[in-house]
Amino acid sequence: MAEKYDIVIIGGGPAGLAAAAAAYDAGAGKILILERDRMLGGILNQCIHNGFGLHTFNEELTGPEYADRFIRKVEERKIEYKLNTMVMNMTADRTITAMNREDGMFDIEAGAVILAMGCRERPRGALNIPGYRPAGIFTAGTAQRLVNMEGFMPGREVVILGSGDIGLIMARRMTLEGAKVKVVAELMPYSGGLKRNIVQCLDDFGIPLKLSTTVVDIEGKERVEGVTLAKVDGSGKPIPGTEEHYTCDTLLLSVGLIPENDLSRQMGVEMSPVTRGPVVNESLETNLPGVFACGNVLHVHDLVDFVSEEAGIAGRNAAEYVKTGRGAGKESGIPVIAKDGVRYTVPSSIRPEFMNDRLVIRFRVGGVYRNCYISAYIGSERKIHKKCRIVAPGEMQQVILQKKDIEAAGSVENVTVCLEQE
Amino acid sequence: MEKRELTCIQCPMGCAITVEMDGGEVVNITGYTCNRGKIYAGKEVTNTTRTVTSSVRVTGSAKEDMVSVKTKTDIPKSKVFECAKALKGVTVQAPVHIGDVIVRDVAGTGVDVVATRNA
Ligand SMILES: Cc1cc2nc3c(=O)[nH]c(=O)nc-3n(C[C@H](O)[C@H](O)[C@H](O)COP(=O)(O)OP(=O)(O)OC[C@H]3O[C@@H](n4cnc5c(N)ncnc54)[C@H](O)[C@@H]3O)c2cc1C
Ligand code: SF4
Repeated sequence: MAEKYDIVIIGGGPAGLAAAAAAYDAGAGKILILERDRMLGGILNQCIHNGFGLHTFNEELTGPEYADRFIRKVEERKIEYKLNTMVMNMTADRTITAMNREDGMFDIEAGAVILAMGCRERPRGALNIPGYRPAGIFTAGTAQRLVNMEGFMPGREVVILGSGDIGLIMARRMTLEGAKVKVVAELMPYSGGLKRNIVQCLDDFGIPLKLSTTVVDIEGKERVEGVTLAKVDGSGKPIPGTEEHYTCDTLLLSVGLIPENDLSRQMGVEMSPVTRGPVVNESLETNLPGVFACGNVLHVHDLVDFVSEEAGIAGRNAAEYVKTGRGAGKESGIPVIAKDGVRYTVPSSIRPEFMNDRLVIRFRVGGVYRNCYISAYIGSERKIHKKCRIVAPGEMQQVILQKKDIEAAGSVENVTVCLEQE
Repeated sequence: MEKRELTCIQCPMGCAITVEMDGGEVVNITGYTCNRGKIYAGKEVTNTTRTVTSSVRVTGSAKEDMVSVKTKTDIPKSKVFECAKALKGVTVQAPVHIGDVIVRDVAGTGVDVVATRNA
């Protein structure tokens, strides 16, 4: 017979850990975390650089230290977890099938489920690079794991494609380990990484960042021997005559992250084509009652602090759901519309009766905009109008809505978040 | 007169700031939009410091092959490579706890390198 838990959390990264602790503190009884890796902490275990937790702890921690703070919260509360345990399947009525070496295949019935599976890197297959597939091509995250956790250097002469934060961090890491990082090439006219990382990981070591540039050729049959870069035009096409050749034995790819949602899709969770994560309401609940989502599985975050904060909300709402069955009737909410430069919002609908006093709406913009306003409308009334010198896709933005404003507005058709010139 | 070009990292604007130096003294700062940038640039050219993170081998641990480490506080930027070099080939014996000193007074900076993971 399937064992029963009040709340089952899929994934033991920062999102899963914070959700578990918050659900416990909100009075949830039997909680279980399922993690496929051999330890808790998720991807933070391989992010050994500093700069985590400035918002949460007011000090700069490394990834493993940040994870440890939350692992201790889970241990102190004696919350149950299973490691080396892969969740294989979930159904809409919250029956979970998982597998590990001790228990084999087993089923669990959950009062509520919190999806916290994180994200994975866009693989190289998704890239349109012609030529052979020689050895020496790695995603930046794979290289991070090899260097930091296994003590293995993937190569000596490195070219990095994509200026995501993991790629920038690895440029510094491999340089300090004695490799020569020759160049970082970014397809877009702006970097996808944090400014701080560009200065401290590239400028510090004189590593050039070439914008609007891509890899057009990879040489080498067995092992990478060199790459050719070229400038691209406005539509992303290489411009003939701009080719530059670099010899290298390693090509790192840092070209974006995709939420890990195979399980969510299988169980029938509705997905956003923009975030590639679940569509959620103000409680971070998906279209399936009692199924919540938080962290990178919901949308890719830049700062882990916001992951922890968001996960706390999902944990508390899951506890509330188990206690009271709140919202199980699935009344639909007020849609939140993203437009004019705003690519998406999380949440994407609001049920005023279940709102907390304040609701954080997070979003990303689609390009670099200078001297603009971030605005939020409740119905046709503009409630938020925030001047910004600059907003860029690399940094997550937020607006905060007050419950009293939504209630005062009565029945409105929608809430809109947008960028405005004035 | 020496000129240093910097990118301010205090906010997403990322202003390009130019600092003019004369014999180690800052004589002029231009290109910043707000005062935070001016302060950052002044400190960045006269006293640049960085935290160094790395990982070293651990033996006798059931869980880990490597244990991650950091300089306990930031160190002068000019010592970063020397610090990274000093950590090469270091092996520690389990058990290791977060905060344990792995290398004392690394590269003559007066700063210890400490563990950031339990192993
Ligand atoms: C390779 C990589 C490197 C990164 N480096 C940085 C960085 O340097 N700096 C930074 O600020 N941010 C970095 N990030 C972003 C960082 O991931 C987030 O800030 C944060 O870790 C997200 O937390 P999470 O709990 O949502 O996801 P994760 O930390 O990814 O945790 C998800 C957990 O779920 C588990 N899981 C997934 N599927 C299953 C399943 N079916 N069954 C059981 N368990 C499952 C995974 O094993 C994992 O432990 C990186 C992301 C990636 C992918
Ligand atoms: S100078 Fe001021 S406005 Fe410019 S990047 Fe620095 S903090 Fe931002």
